[in-house]
Amino acid sequence: MDALWRFLSLQDYNTRVVLAGVCALGAAAGLVGTFLLLRKRSLLGDTLGHATLPGVAGAFLIAHALGWEARSIVLLLGGAAVAGVCGMAAVLAIRRWSHIKDDAALAIVLGVFFGAGVTLVSAVQQLPGGNSAGLDHFIYGKTASMTAADAAFILWASLGVALVCVALFKEFGLLCFDEGFAAAAGWPRRVLDAVLMGLVVVVTVVGLQAVGLLLVVALLVIPPAAARFWSDRLGVMAPVAAGVGAASGFVGVAASAVFPRLPAGALIVLAAAALFAISLAFGAKRGLAIRAFHERRAEQRLRREHLLRAIYECGEDADFPMVALSQISARRPWHPGRLRREVRRAVEDGLVVAAVDGERVQLTKTGMVEARRLVRNHRLWELYLLHHAEVAPGRVDRDADMIEHVLDPRLVDELEHLLDEERRKSFVPLDPERGALPSP
Amino acid sequence: MTWTEIDTWIVVTGALIAMACAVPGVFLLLNKQSMLGDAISHAVLPGLAIAFLVSGTRDPGPMLVGAVAAGLFTGVLTEVIHRRGRVDSGAALGVVFCSLFALGLVLIRLAADRVDLDPGCVLYGALETAVVDVGPVPTIAWLSGGMLAANLLLAVLFYKELRIAAFDPALATASGIPARIVTHGLTVVTAVTTVVAFESVGSILVIAMLIVPGATALLLSHRLGVVLIWTLVLAALAAVGGHLAAISVVPAALGQLSGHAALGSVSSAGMMAAFSGLTFFAVLCVARLREGAKRQAVRPPEPVPGT
Repeated sequence: MDALWRFLSLQDYNTRVVLAGVCALGAAAGLVGTFLLLRKRSLLGDTLGHATLPGVAGAFLIAHALGWEARSIVLLLGGAAVAGVCGMAAVLAIRRWSHIKDDAALAIVLGVFFGAGVTLVSAVQQLPGGNSAGLDHFIYGKTASMTAADAAFILWASLGVALVCVALFKEFGLLCFDEGFAAAAGWPRRVLDAVLMGLVVVVTVVGLQAVGLLLVVALLVIPPAAARFWSDRLGVMAPVAAGVGAASGFVGVAASAVFPRLPAGALIVLAAAALFAISLAFGAKRGLAIRAFHERRAEQRLRREHLLRAIYECGEDADFPMVALSQISARRPWHPGRLRREVRRAVEDGLVVAAVDGERVQLTKTGMVEARRLVRNHRLWELYLLHHAEVAPGRVDRDADMIEHVLDPRLVDELEHLLDEERRKSFVPLDPERGALPSP
Repeated sequence: MTWTEIDTWIVVTGALIAMACAVPGVFLLLNKQSMLGDAISHAVLPGLAIAFLVSGTRDPGPMLVGAVAAGLFTGVLTEVIHRRGRVDSGAALGVVFCSLFALGLVLIRLAADRVDLDPGCVLYGALETAVVDVGPVPTIAWLSGGMLAANLLLAVLFYKELRIAAFDPALATASGIPARIVTHGLTVVTAVTTVVAFESVGSILVIAMLIVPGATALLLSHRLGVVLIWTLVLAALAAVGGHLAAISVVPAALGQLSGHAALGSVSSAGMMAAFSGLTFFAVLCVARLREGAKRQAVRPPEPVPGT
């Protein structure tokens, strides 16, 4: 508890530094990752992260040969960036020159570059001083021991990445949603793609050194995936993703303040995973809960409409007497229990009245208006399918059943107009099977 | 460069593992599940850690069970998030394996007092030490050979199902072969192969060997049978070429570069992956050039001016 309080009150200088660095990186990665997710290339960060290894090891080897300070961080990051760009170019080349799918291109570059990296590392380890080169930090990170200089570096880089994203927001959005249109409209599609991937390289390389490969990959993938549950709009999704990234960093660093023995990077990833799980369940736009709710509502509406139509059609020929439930069952393949439940709900809503024994029902005035409208829509639609869509008569009733519930009044008017034009003279016996068209 | 019996076994084992990986890899490629190998090789970490915590030993039995369970869990969870949550499949895979890997790291740290597990050995592996074994044939060679035989047998037995599920999942399901079952079966095979292979050679070789030979073969042919044969050849070639390079050319070159001429041999597994990559990019360039030439050849003649 004490540790948590110390963290929340930001008493430690070290905590402030780590927090600033991690949150900035999380936000930048979330922002860039959003575009990657929409381009279905979330795992690009994974590939580029692994692909930087030969660059780091290669830079070490070259620096060693030239007699420079081989462990200079600028040099190693430079090597990582070069290798990252090479990996990115390789992915783009495979994509352009062959029919190999994107996911395979990512896997190829990942495996091959990492293999080359391991080879070089095994050479580095034979050099004097190579064993303590700290190359492992690049894979697991050393979040907890981030220095102020590291954090400042991350802050500036994240700011730069965010600025580019904001400046090219519209262009990137177009690239994500309609690449064909972007090309046709003369946008430099390939340049934009390369800039986007360049941003991923920057985020990866900056993050690698400070927080490790795993964390960078996770921050590029998880926050955007979580943000996707909250909005369909890019303008909302991108800031949400950045926020989730920053929040994961905050929660993760807080957790590692409480449990100092556990690796901070892994805790940040687990925090992001928890935020993802929450979004998956309760996301406002695509979350499981909200979707289940909408589906339930739609099903209820559908059943209500089926019930009203069935009652109407049963009584249509006889001036709407009480209709027995058994008659309705003949029209709707419902379980008797379900039918009773539906009837009870309709009675509660004042659309239907039931006889005392509960076995017979009749439409109320409101119910009648609603049922007329439904039957009318249904038959108009049947007619439309028969005459305009050339659907086989045997299938018409079923197809009409499926679509009638989504017809909006404007479309109904349009259909009516269309059919009137077609058969202006006669009052049409509109039910293709038998009945007349009920007037609204 | 001196060739010893150990070198022979490194090459033989490397080739067997590479071929064992490459067979399911072709179908992963066709099913657009290429990153599954990478994902599984990260996601098995919590499986290994839990197997440790439960059994308290480092015996291969519980390890294998834990790893395969984790691999299968990865496949199923990804599928659920992809379908139920409507998340892009790549992103779903990323979410799952990153989270599981992080969980694994935390579990290992928690268990660090009781068992000694180095995540590094999972990543890098050590082919060179794995083949040093008592007896005429190293255990790891038997194991990889068995894996290859099993994978080949499965590929032949379920050739029709795998092919139809890869090329037309809808048709497969319609004709009574549930494509999703085939996919899950493939996930299990991949998980088992990955685990068996990376205990000895590390995950790099696994990731590369699952996909790269198959992708190269797909550039060479469009017929599945031919692709499979090419894949096996290319995988074996990568093992031989990779090890040869690792003990001769590469150390010499790197030695020159870094000013230490006496550099010993470098990681064979890494070099096998790199070699297969070289083959892939060479084939890609050749295919590209030939396609360019073909396009030149069929280009319609220049229209005559004035007509």
